[in-house]
Amino acid sequence: MPFVGSLLSAALLKSSSRSLPSLISGVVALGCFGASAAAYPTIARGEILRAKLQWLPQFGLDFALRMDGFAWLFCVLISGIGFLVVVYARYYMSEDDPVPRFFSFLLAFMGAMLGIVISGNVILLSVFWELTSIFSFLLISYWHNSAAARDGARMALTITGIGGFCLLIGVLLLGNIVGSYDLDKILASGDIIRNHPLYLMALIFFLLGALTKSAQFPFHFWLPNAMAAPTPVSAFLHSATMVKAGVFLLARFWPALAGTYEWFFILGAAGIITLLLGAYFAMFQQDLKGLLAYSTISHLGLITTLLSLGSPLATVAAIFHMVNHATFKASLFMAAGIIDHETGTRDMRRLSGLYTFLPITGTLAMVASAAMAGVPLLNGFLSKEMFFAEAVETHADSILDRILPYVATLAGAFSVAYSLRFIHTVFFGSPPADLPRPAPHEPPRWMRFPIEILVVICLIVGIVPSFSIGPFLHVAVTSVLGADTPEYSLSIWHGFNLPLVMSMVALVAGAAIYFILRRYLASCADGPPVFRRLRGQRIFERILVEVSWRWARLAEQRLGTRKLQPQLRWVVFTGFLAGMLPLTLSGFEPRPFAFSGVDPMFAVVWLIGICLAIGTAFMAKYHRLAALVMLGGVGLTVCITFVWLSAPDLAVTQLLVEIVTTVLILLGLRWLPKRNEGVDDAVTLRARFRRFRDLALAIVCGIGMTFVSYAVMTMPVPDAIATYFLENAYSEGGGRNVVNVILVDFRGFDTLGEIAVLGIVALTVYSLLRRFRPAADSMSMPEQQLIQNRFDEERPERSAGDTVREYLLVPSIIMQWMFPVLITFAVYIFMRGHDLPGGGFSAGLTLSIAFLLQYLAGGTRWAEDRIRILPLRWMGAGLLTAMLTGIGAWFLGYPFLTSHSRYIELPLIGKMPAATALFFDLGVFLLVVGSTVLILVALAHQSVRINRLRANDAEKAKGGEA
Amino acid sequence: MEIILSIAIGVMTTCGVWLLLRPRTYQVIVGLSMLSYAVNLFIFGVGGVKTNVPPLLTDDVATGALADPVPQALVLTAIVIGFATTALFLVVLLASRGLTGTDHVDGRGDRK
Repeated sequence: MPFVGSLLSAALLKSSSRSLPSLISGVVALGCFGASAAAYPTIARGEILRAKLQWLPQFGLDFALRMDGFAWLFCVLISGIGFLVVVYARYYMSEDDPVPRFFSFLLAFMGAMLGIVISGNVILLSVFWELTSIFSFLLISYWHNSAAARDGARMALTITGIGGFCLLIGVLLLGNIVGSYDLDKILASGDIIRNHPLYLMALIFFLLGALTKSAQFPFHFWLPNAMAAPTPVSAFLHSATMVKAGVFLLARFWPALAGTYEWFFILGAAGIITLLLGAYFAMFQQDLKGLLAYSTISHLGLITTLLSLGSPLATVAAIFHMVNHATFKASLFMAAGIIDHETGTRDMRRLSGLYTFLPITGTLAMVASAAMAGVPLLNGFLSKEMFFAEAVETHADSILDRILPYVATLAGAFSVAYSLRFIHTVFFGSPPADLPRPAPHEPPRWMRFPIEILVVICLIVGIVPSFSIGPFLHVAVTSVLGADTPEYSLSIWHGFNLPLVMSMVALVAGAAIYFILRRYLASCADGPPVFRRLRGQRIFERILVEVSWRWARLAEQRLGTRKLQPQLRWVVFTGFLAGMLPLTLSGFEPRPFAFSGVDPMFAVVWLIGICLAIGTAFMAKYHRLAALVMLGGVGLTVCITFVWLSAPDLAVTQLLVEIVTTVLILLGLRWLPKRNEGVDDAVTLRARFRRFRDLALAIVCGIGMTFVSYAVMTMPVPDAIATYFLENAYSEGGGRNVVNVILVDFRGFDTLGEIAVLGIVALTVYSLLRRFRPAADSMSMPEQQLIQNRFDEERPERSAGDTVREYLLVPSIIMQWMFPVLITFAVYIFMRGHDLPGGGFSAGLTLSIAFLLQYLAGGTRWAEDRIRILPLRWMGAGLLTAMLTGIGAWFLGYPFLTSHSRYIELPLIGKMPAATALFFDLGVFLLVVGSTVLILVALAHQSVRINRLRANDAEKAKGGEA
Repeated sequence: MEIILSIAIGVMTTCGVWLLLRPRTYQVIVGLSMLSYAVNLFIFGVGGVKTNVPPLLTDDVATGALADPVPQALVLTAIVIGFATTALFLVVLLASRGLTGTDHVDGRGDRK
């Protein structure tokens, strides 16, 4: 529901309306609250509300929601405080801020938070967990113009994001241990988890997730920096939601994970240090929100400590304190926001004596901070009392346990001190002197309203706990602890016992600390005396810079290269290893070579082929044309091999492709620079070494390929899918040429993809060449042409260009005459394709060769004056035909590309196979023609274009001179 | 037969890899073509080497004796795609040469 609201608000992003988004948010939050409240009767009976949607059942991942008492308590807390924050934010946000965005983020965050508390699947939980990290990032950086907000948000995201990742690992481990990701199952199998060898690892990752979120030491430093957020955000994030997610998680998984020594030790240490440090730091803050932030850290430390103790009673206290802390901290944040809003500053050195200006807010803040300090008759007192009681009890005999009572009292004293400071500095003393906004006054009625509500709750809970919060707390506690729920009493007066003494000591000592330090605090710099220099934030940033910048650069320098050659070398090398490794591991043994049964002719053919291949490699640098010719020779050898080894289809295609490729490269050769042998032949030692290394690598790869392919070829071929195709090609595909039937029928979809690729390549080539501009040294006429023209000019009876025109006159006439013959041949190849070697691919290539010959014979201009080929239309028609053939099968109720075949009687030709696959093949044919011709024509056109470019350049040069 | 074919594949792989690692774009394009011959032959060879039994169904030959059509179909598409990539690479080569004025693979002129 909040997500829908968030989208709604996001839809209002452009509008300038201020109240509409807040209205939506308010309604949504109230709706959630109402829905939760309505669920109370069910929950109170101890039942669990569930909703389940199949998501990825094969991974045991369901979209499962469950709401038990504890989740219910949190739902009420989140939606209730969320609603109050919305009301507050409505008045807090200034006119200039994009309000819809704010509410959109806020609602989304609320949704994610509710998701955490009610998700019934641990993976789902960690998804929502990540969502809260992301939305809190967006909320903290809401005022994205300020650097502090950006830094704070980034830090919060980094820390909680890392934590979220750890949590994911943790829950995956947990799920692995239990064998299910279902929350119920995990909670029920605590003993299995605790005795599992992976317990410690799961616990550490899990705790890392929870502790980062709850800003526990040593991850506490993100929270004060997150104070750059707007105050409503701080009030929401740091009282009821974000930071509570961590302790919520701890309490949630308490039955499954708690009770071991590791749990106690890690959590206890983190909690106690946080409790003490947070409180100590809070005393020395000059920023109102900073003080509250550190006090939040300290209180979370308190909750963590309680949870670490592992006794059920401590858990009750922890849950109780979560609720209490949420109420008084939210109200304090809002009060701080009002002060900031009305006076323009949050610096406590500048604020004083505001009580006369803000009497009602002052009173409310006083009550709330008294609750924070743990003054009797307020809710904070009750949970603190329980904490003290638990601190005194011995749970596990260790140093942590023994110091706990003293630490608790000391931290209590500190918290009294900073609460007192908050109130005394801000509201009492001499009237404020230099406020940015003079004459502050009470805020609007409805801005104060949320604080009033919260403070009233503080009071009610504090005075009559068992009537107000009692039943709700009981429901929540029972759902966490189950049968272990201890007897506890929520009354204010437990008699004169040790916890009460500790409370009194803390109160008195806190007041004393404050009055001793008052003068110092009024003037000192921000931050506590000793630790001021040692700031977590600095360390964090240093590390961040180190890792993300210096190390990255170092790694790039050491390992990266912009040169293609080393990259390719590594690719080849890795490829070789990747091929080698599995073979060695699985015990590959090269088969002994047997030269028997070799056809001598075949050997001779390949002897020539091998010579040509080596020649190509040798000549490719200085004699490109020779290399190209030899490459063509190798291609022909391959082609012969295909014929020899019963693959006529391949032979035909290979031959045609060979022709087209050769022509293509020939066209390209014109634009490459001249390279003369011996120009840069000053071979250095390094170059020599490099060549040697490359050669070695190449030879090793070659030998490897020889062994592997020999082994593969001599092994008996397992009876795989070949038989199926051979047996069904005629009966189902209606064709005798099995290869063609596979291409256009059985694997038609692959072919469709393939021709699409071909089309894309052709278009890419075309568009690349449209903007092509040759290099400067290829701009002039080719040398050959210059010589020819010179020859013409020397003879009086010839005019320039005659030689070019008469070049290959006889062959070109023959080529022109061949045109219709080739077209007929192409049609023939196409028609017979289904039964005999041929088909769309080879026919298409043949037809494009026919076009190509015309270009070769008469030149680009001559050819284009006579025939207009529109390759793009051919391509489009081809792709459409192929697609429509496939879609046609739908209309007859068959899957895509199902084909149908029968023989039809044609006059003159006779019986003729007509499968719908033929239409598909027609599509292939058209597309191949289009693409090939497009590529070739685009290249051929460059010689026409260059004349234009030359003319342009000449004009420009002339213009320059003039 | 197999031994000849494997040696041929090996030699072509060697030439292809060697050319692939050279600094000139033209050498690389020729090397790629060479490698694709080798790879095509290799894939083709996976189906076994048989002479005179093309996978064309006739009434008097048992289907079991025919050559394996699957690698053939694969190689047929590979040949066509190989053509497409060669064309693309050629044009990229030309464009890079036009833009940078050199035919070195890094587009940065000759390394000294």
